[in-house]
Amino acid sequence: MATVETIGIRKHFGDVVALDGVDLESKEGEFLVLLGPSGCGKTTLLRIIAGLEQPSAGDVMIGRLVVNHLPPRARHIAMVFQSYALYPHKSVFGNIAFPLKAQGMPKAERAKKVEWAATMFGIERLLGRKPRELSGGERQRVALARAMVREPNVFLLDEPLSNLDAKLRTSARNELLQFQRSVGTTTIYVTHDQVEAMGMGDRIAVMHQGKLRQLGTPQEIYDEPNDTFVAGFLGSPSMNLVEREDVIVGFRPETFLPRALSTAPRNASVRFQVRLLRVESLGSDRLLYGVLRGPSGEQQVIAKLSSTVPLPVHPGETEEFVIATRDLRFFDRDTGLRTQARSFSL
Amino acid sequence: MSSAAPARRRAYFLDREDWLGRVMIAPAVIYIAALIGMPFFLALFYSFSNITVGTEELHFVGLKNFRAILDTPGFQVALKNSFIFTFVSQAIVLILAKILALSLVRDFRGKWVVRLLIILPWVAPISLGAIGWLWMLDSIYSIVNWGLRAVGIFGPSTWPIWLGLPKLAMASVIAVHVWRLLPLATIILLAGLTSIPRDIQEAAAADGARFWRQLFEITIPMVLPIMGVAVLFGIVFTFTDMIVIFVLTRGGPFDSTHVLASLAFFTGIEGGDLAEGAAIALFLFPLLVAVAFLMLRLARRSEVT
Ligand SMILES: Nc1ncnc2c1ncn2[C@@H]1O[C@H](COP(=O)(O)OP(=O)(O)O)[C@@H](O)[C@H]1O
Ligand SMILES: [Mg+2]
Repeated sequence: MATVETIGIRKHFGDVVALDGVDLESKEGEFLVLLGPSGCGKTTLLRIIAGLEQPSAGDVMIGRLVVNHLPPRARHIAMVFQSYALYPHKSVFGNIAFPLKAQGMPKAERAKKVEWAATMFGIERLLGRKPRELSGGERQRVALARAMVREPNVFLLDEPLSNLDAKLRTSARNELLQFQRSVGTTTIYVTHDQVEAMGMGDRIAVMHQGKLRQLGTPQEIYDEPNDTFVAGFLGSPSMNLVEREDVIVGFRPETFLPRALSTAPRNASVRFQVRLLRVESLGSDRLLYGVLRGPSGEQQVIAKLSSTVPLPVHPGETEEFVIATRDLRFFDRDTGLRTQARSFSL
Repeated sequence: MSSAAPARRRAYFLDREDWLGRVMIAPAVIYIAALIGMPFFLALFYSFSNITVGTEELHFVGLKNFRAILDTPGFQVALKNSFIFTFVSQAIVLILAKILALSLVRDFRGKWVVRLLIILPWVAPISLGAIGWLWMLDSIYSIVNWGLRAVGIFGPSTWPIWLGLPKLAMASVIAVHVWRLLPLATIILLAGLTSIPRDIQEAAAADGARFWRQLFEITIPMVLPIMGVAVLFGIVFTFTDMIVIFVLTRGGPFDSTHVLASLAFFTGIEGGDLAEGAAIALFLFPLLVAVAFLMLRLARRSEVT
């Protein structure tokens, strides 16, 4: 077991700055999710940690040791690639046994170990097949089994579920999480899917344009976003961001309620006049799309209501919506960074 | 209505895949029949006759030509040489091409210059290249010898006559042929190597494989189909080829470097005995059939996977 730490990691490919000074520290045995939009540098960071790529500057530490100069095999990490990267000419058994063979483990012991890993992921009966004879979900399990068979100190996973269909993804997510809990190996998991990140991560590291924007538990990231990027990236739909004077006021759609449904006292809430455009039903929830008139023109806002409450408002009309003051977040208009709560004119 | 009917008939014909297919493949079939099939059957026919360059009437002589050539020592040497020439040069080409391709997949400064230099022997006309080698291996002016002496590998009394001694001549011919085939083999293997996903190479590295394990367990098995095609192609190409021998040694010294192709040429065309030449050339046939069979199997296998 080990922790992973990156110190001031920078990486550029020619003129492209992929990573712009990333300081990240994982805790022992935790499931750390790297979350960010496509192209923000997640894969690059993971590859640098794995030793497949050299940083332009900065240090990688695994288990409190600087490993910059070590090749991947000496870092005791295992990596699962987005494509799974199974060896197409080897059977499932051969794939899972490969890391053990590279370690020089004797044949009999190897077979036992492969058996154990295959059982762990429920793929015992696939051991004789070739990767091309497997479904997407089976390939993903083989990739996981191959990664964990030699019991690495750190698990690095690059969007391992993104090639699965939605239903399979949910069950695979649970299995993966259960497995990680049972072995307790420090894991860094890359995804661009915020639902996956929220559901799986002990902590989430949100990245944007090669920078680490925020590191915290899913709840912290969701409730107390550091900046407008994080606020806008998480939640579906994401936080409403409304410009007022020199601040941006943020509030989650589920805290934004028609007056009839709000229990917030008048002196601890703010009220907006919203012209309701349209109501969208998502089954369990309803999304209310509206516009809000402000000093700098109209702004789109979204409210989210449970389908179990009757709808007290009607599309096409202007209604009063309420937010409890404690649910408001404030961001600097120029830097986008979180600022102190303050009063503002509606 | 009247103008629509022929148009519809034409459209109908174009939609008939069975007929359209036959029509489209016909030129290729005719071409092969005329330029490959005809000469082949002509050679087959000649080999059972007593034809010479000046023949006016032709007689069927059965297996006489075959019996005659089988008994000549020249033929036996040529048959043996064909195999040595083909398999030794292919083995060397394969190893060197693999090394070159492995170094060329990496990124380094000036890579394009190296690539250009490597491809050069292939684009230069082979007869010119071989004539260049003829000078380089010349008994008096050989710059190979001068060079090796200058760097001190050859002592003052060492001065091999490359093309004048049977063993050295065979080695020289093989070396020049290797020089000639290496570019293509390298490029083919390079294509094979670049087609291996980077992820898979990296997965092997992350799985702890060192260079040799990665080479023999991942890289080579994955380029094996392409390597197979390159080798089979090289075998066919080498087995039927005689340009290097023709230019460098003309089969000498003492007919020690003849291969089947050159012997057939010198007997049939230069010597005028078309029948015997054809009979010699026919000995190429069994090996070529075997190789063609293997190639088709390989192509099928990589189609299925
Ligand atoms: N080998 C490379 N050469 C050039 N640019 C690269 C290379 N790898 C990644 N990049 C660039 O670095 C940035 C980050 O890429 P990546 O780490 O793959 O993002 P993510 O995994 O978050 O989608 C992208 O702009 C990408 O184009
Ligand atoms: Mg990526």
